[in-house]
Amino acid sequence: MIDIEDLNVTFHSAGRDVRAVQNVSFRVEEGETFGIVGESGSGKSTILRAIAGLVPSASARLEVNGRPAAHRRSRADRRMLQFVFQDPYASLHPRQTVDDILREPLEIHRESAIDERIARAIADVGLLPAHRFRYPHQLSGGQRQRVAIARALILNPPILLLDEPTSALDVSVQAEILNLLARLRQSYSLTSILVSHDLAVVAHLCRRIAIMQLGRLVEIITADDLRSGAVKADYTRRLIAASRGFVRASA
Amino acid sequence: MSGELLVVENLNVAFPGRTSVTQAVRDASFTLGRERLGIVGESGSGKSTTGRAILGLVPRPGIVTATTMSYAGRNLLANTERDWQELRGRRMSMVMQDPKYSLNPVLTVGRQISETCFLHLRTSREDARRRTLRMLEAVQIRDPELVYDLYPHQLSGGMGQRVMIAMMLIAEPDLLIADEPTSALDVTVQNEVLRILDDLVRERGMGLIFISHNLTVVSSFCDRVLIMYAGRIVEQCAARDLQNARHPYTRALVAATPSLDSPRTELATVTRDPAWLQ
Repeated sequence: MIDIEDLNVTFHSAGRDVRAVQNVSFRVEEGETFGIVGESGSGKSTILRAIAGLVPSASARLEVNGRPAAHRRSRADRRMLQFVFQDPYASLHPRQTVDDILREPLEIHRESAIDERIARAIADVGLLPAHRFRYPHQLSGGQRQRVAIARALILNPPILLLDEPTSALDVSVQAEILNLLARLRQSYSLTSILVSHDLAVVAHLCRRIAIMQLGRLVEIITADDLRSGAVKADYTRRLIAASRGFVRASA
Repeated sequence: MSGELLVVENLNVAFPGRTSVTQAVRDASFTLGRERLGIVGESGSGKSTTGRAILGLVPRPGIVTATTMSYAGRNLLANTERDWQELRGRRMSMVMQDPKYSLNPVLTVGRQISETCFLHLRTSREDARRRTLRMLEAVQIRDPELVYDLYPHQLSGGMGQRVMIAMMLIAEPDLLIADEPTSALDVTVQNEVLRILDDLVRERGMGLIFISHNLTVVSSFCDRVLIMYAGRIVEQCAARDLQNARHPYTRALVAATPSLDSPRTELATVTRDPAWLQ
């Protein structure tokens, strides 16, 4: 479904080159939820942006849905991939109602039966019809993230890119959103990539997980490897140990 | 007085609004010795407001009332603004969540930290510099001389948080309130910062209130934990018993957290019971 070989992303800033992603290769099968974890600056979000064509990238191969992704994406290319971002407060237009937010992608892609599809998308993500004409500031953080997910799914994309979708949410709300994502990937038969710094969240939703460090892919492991600690790289081991909580050095 | 550093009984914080009063903290009672006390809860549960109330930092028009609020035998409720200024920074201080917003962007790190020395310890310029460098070293900044002359935007998140801790600890307070000190940091850096706080509690016998929403961090780092829900302390327990907590809210929070050790196909969601507020 997604096939990446030797992906490189380099940013030029103030006369120096920052190699944000270096020689990263992986494949995501149809229907899979692939996880990418790493610390800040590891390039995990940049990979998603490169797949979506939001940053210029160079690669030996970058195939999305069996077709090479062009540098200039057509409208048909763009509707295959939809994005959910970290901050539900920043990713919704404050002067648009939920109805406006969900209507826009349908109009851009000249869809029909717009009103019914908005109503269905709202119901699919567990919001009530009463939420349809609210503004983002009238919704809680969890409800806003549901709107962002509804906006991503309203075009029935085969691929969903999730960039830290629950990092800004409380645990109880995170649980609701993770359950929602687990349910929707079934009903929409989605292939998705989930980027997060939280190993437990990634292990919860994904079977295969890529570990990133400083722009490089350290290794690809399974969620079971992550839980049992059967990993090869030292960095992965350190990351797992750190996310299991604080260990007091025996004095 | 060997036992309690801080005694709080029936603390209430209310914010009067135009039409109604928001009760941010309701009848919170707890004590703190020379230990690591965690406060966990979700956003809006009153954990930060509790920390601010202890330092007399609840902003207007907030109203703080309590039957007892004493620090090392001293009644905090009778404090004037002048008394607070003597206490804050010197005897008790607070580390905020995000170094980006809590450091002054136009002053160098060294100047910000040494300011505390001038204010509270009335030291000379050279002495303040020496203490500052030593403190930066204590929070494991590799090249204190270099960092002394840097501006906050030149620091990484983990370094910024260490600078904040250095600033708060330079006057050697007995009580430190750390409000989500590691939430903006990467996990590996987070544990380094925790280790620094841990050493300070053990070596200086400091009392630490550690406010966090992260159950994993709190249960592995603290001695005792208070769980707050809608302004109320619903449960107090030993940190290591958090997994076997009794209150339905605490249990729901634990069950809603994805865990590496106990995989679940579906996460439990929290059903809120109005009776928890009684």
